[in-house]
Amino acid sequence: MSNPIIKVENLSKKYVISHQTSGRNRHGTLRDAITDGFKSVGKRFTKQSNTADPEHEDFWALNDVSFEINQGDRVGIIGRNGAGKSTLLKILSRITEPTRGRITIEGRVASLLEVGTGFHAELSGRENIFLNGAILGMSKVEIKRKFDEIVAFSEVEKFLYTPVKRYSSGMYVRLAFAVAAHLEPEILIVDEVLAVGDAQFQKKCLGKMEDVSKEGRTILFVSHNMAVVQALCDRGIFLTQGSVSNNDSISNTVNAYLTSLEQAKDDNLLHRTDRRGGGKVRVSRVTLHRAKEGSGNTESLFQVGDPVKIKIDFEGDCLGLECRFTIYEQQGQAIATFSSADRSELDSPSKQSSGFFVCDLEELLLMPGRYRINVALSGNHALQDHLEGAAFFDVEQGTVRGRPVLPNSYGYVHFPHRWSEI
Amino acid sequence: MNLETLLGINFFATENLPLLIAFLSILVLILLARIMTKKSAGKTELGDYESNSTAKPKLIIEAGRADRQYWKDLWRYRELFYFLAWRDILVRYKQTVIGILWALIRPLLTMVVFTIIFGKLAKLPSNDVPYPILVFAAMLPWQFFANALSECSNSLISNSNLVSKVYFPRLIVPASAVVVSFIDFLISSTILIALMIWYKFVPTWGMLMLPFLIMLAFAAALGGGLWFSALNIKYRDFRFIVPFVVQFGLYVSPVGFSSAIVPEQWRLLYSLNPMVGVIDGFRWAILGQNTAMYWPGFMLSIGIVLLLLISGIWHFRNTERTFADII
Repeated sequence: MSNPIIKVENLSKKYVISHQTSGRNRHGTLRDAITDGFKSVGKRFTKQSNTADPEHEDFWALNDVSFEINQGDRVGIIGRNGAGKSTLLKILSRITEPTRGRITIEGRVASLLEVGTGFHAELSGRENIFLNGAILGMSKVEIKRKFDEIVAFSEVEKFLYTPVKRYSSGMYVRLAFAVAAHLEPEILIVDEVLAVGDAQFQKKCLGKMEDVSKEGRTILFVSHNMAVVQALCDRGIFLTQGSVSNNDSISNTVNAYLTSLEQAKDDNLLHRTDRRGGGKVRVSRVTLHRAKEGSGNTESLFQVGDPVKIKIDFEGDCLGLECRFTIYEQQGQAIATFSSADRSELDSPSKQSSGFFVCDLEELLLMPGRYRINVALSGNHALQDHLEGAAFFDVEQGTVRGRPVLPNSYGYVHFPHRWSEI
Repeated sequence: MNLETLLGINFFATENLPLLIAFLSILVLILLARIMTKKSAGKTELGDYESNSTAKPKLIIEAGRADRQYWKDLWRYRELFYFLAWRDILVRYKQTVIGILWALIRPLLTMVVFTIIFGKLAKLPSNDVPYPILVFAAMLPWQFFANALSECSNSLISNSNLVSKVYFPRLIVPASAVVVSFIDFLISSTILIALMIWYKFVPTWGMLMLPFLIMLAFAAALGGGLWFSALNIKYRDFRFIVPFVVQFGLYVSPVGFSSAIVPEQWRLLYSLNPMVGVIDGFRWAILGQNTAMYWPGFMLSIGIVLLLLISGIWHFRNTERTFADII
């Protein structure tokens, strides 16, 4: 057993959240600073300085986190929104400073928190390779040496002298990842950057990351896709509300995470705090019903082929409100996405502020298994609310148009079909 | 027989003080250049990293730790510094028809306007120096300072995607912004050379002091820029304050006129503006003895520039670690 390459001891990070009501953002203005300054002087005179400031609240994004990572470990960091994953990565890559605690790292770290950091739209692909490489910490000589490899990996040879603003988004991502993939650090920190790009390229990236880990490098990887995490990592760290709740082999950690997702199930989703978005509108309930029997009972167990009604209740009001939800299988692989923004003539016209969205599925064409739903509401041209694991349901064997669908088959979806014997 | 009597120059006489400064600054530059080349000759750039990776650099991250590796890191990241400056220069003139000519046109037109208004209409004294040269000798450092200050102040905000996603010594960003303006300065200084040829104006030995004066302007811009860029992150008000400071500064600095027209008893006070010393120095260096140098004021300006630079670095280093959280 080698020495730990990364040693994290009692790491904590505090953010101060400002509760000022809308209108002013958190950047603050000079006027605020000046008036606050006078206020505190005034308080000192009136001796009220000990009262807690109601406008500001401390938020511990990480709370007393300790763990060790050995050379060659491939560690998956998982947890829900706001569990502190990104904060941890930011501290490890020295972008921000911890409030308390200590980290010892032995080796050169490269972190990839975003694809194409520092890409400049006006510059050509070639120029961006050099710029991005330098930003990620490569030396000019190193970039020159790997230039051909990078270009070959990115598959954009023809457009090397075109400004990247004229690239398709796929090309852009490919080029950006190609640069990052050729970093040669001892420790590679990757935040969910693989969620972009087409499937073929994603596969290529994963392959590259596997190669990297075979060379004995250490990888820290954040993802919501449990299948990818399990394929790539051998260890897992599961964060809950800023603390490590599991630090074990990857399969145990993933299981703990999946169990916790279901345990957190609360009928009133407004109680959940692990959400993202502006918050003008918030999802309050997500329920599934068997459509045949009216809208009566809430169900969580269906048979393949059942007609299903998915109802999303929300609170608040917002202009141009749109609903989008995605069904995931248990490991975090997305199966199908539904968006109210893509209209069909079969949709019934929207009623303003009815307080809910309903989506009707004529047939549930999912293979037997366990599924969960993530919901996002957007309006005012911005994400307003996003919840992971807003609802769970099981699918058991059933029949689709007279054909039995059995649990022990491969894949996640069933297509209605017909055979002919010739 | 010593050197002084040999050359017939008394180095320590007040009128030769600038010569001494120029001599010293050139000496410092040569020394710096020697050190730099020695370092890079010793090991290749590649070797720099390779040797690091075999030795496994140990890094400790802790709250409030004054990063001891900071200056070493700054050196390690010098290539990024170069790349950022290179990017800004490349981007600046992309999709423009006349490209780099813009760096010439702006100061040239301003010089024409100032010559007409201050020289021809207001008939301010110029001590027999052609007014265009008088104006341009001041316009050069002023434009450099003004551009550098505004670019520098906005540099962190306009690179916020970098600041929030990658680690590097943040000092690189504002410093490379100043370098970009310095390139513009070099380009527009060709106008001055053209003007001097046109007016058959013979340069004096004072020109030797220019490198020192440029360093002074550089320090003034960087010092102010560091203050503003750090403050800009927290208080976006500075986005509006900086253009105002720059515009205001053009009129309170002796750009369109010679600072000789400022009454004697106010000149020390006037020199509290650090650019007064720099601009007067430029005029003195380029125009020679036609302009009298006001030494107490010049020294005061140097002091203020140094104060600005040191306090700027200090403030920047103190606030730097919170940039990513509040940007």
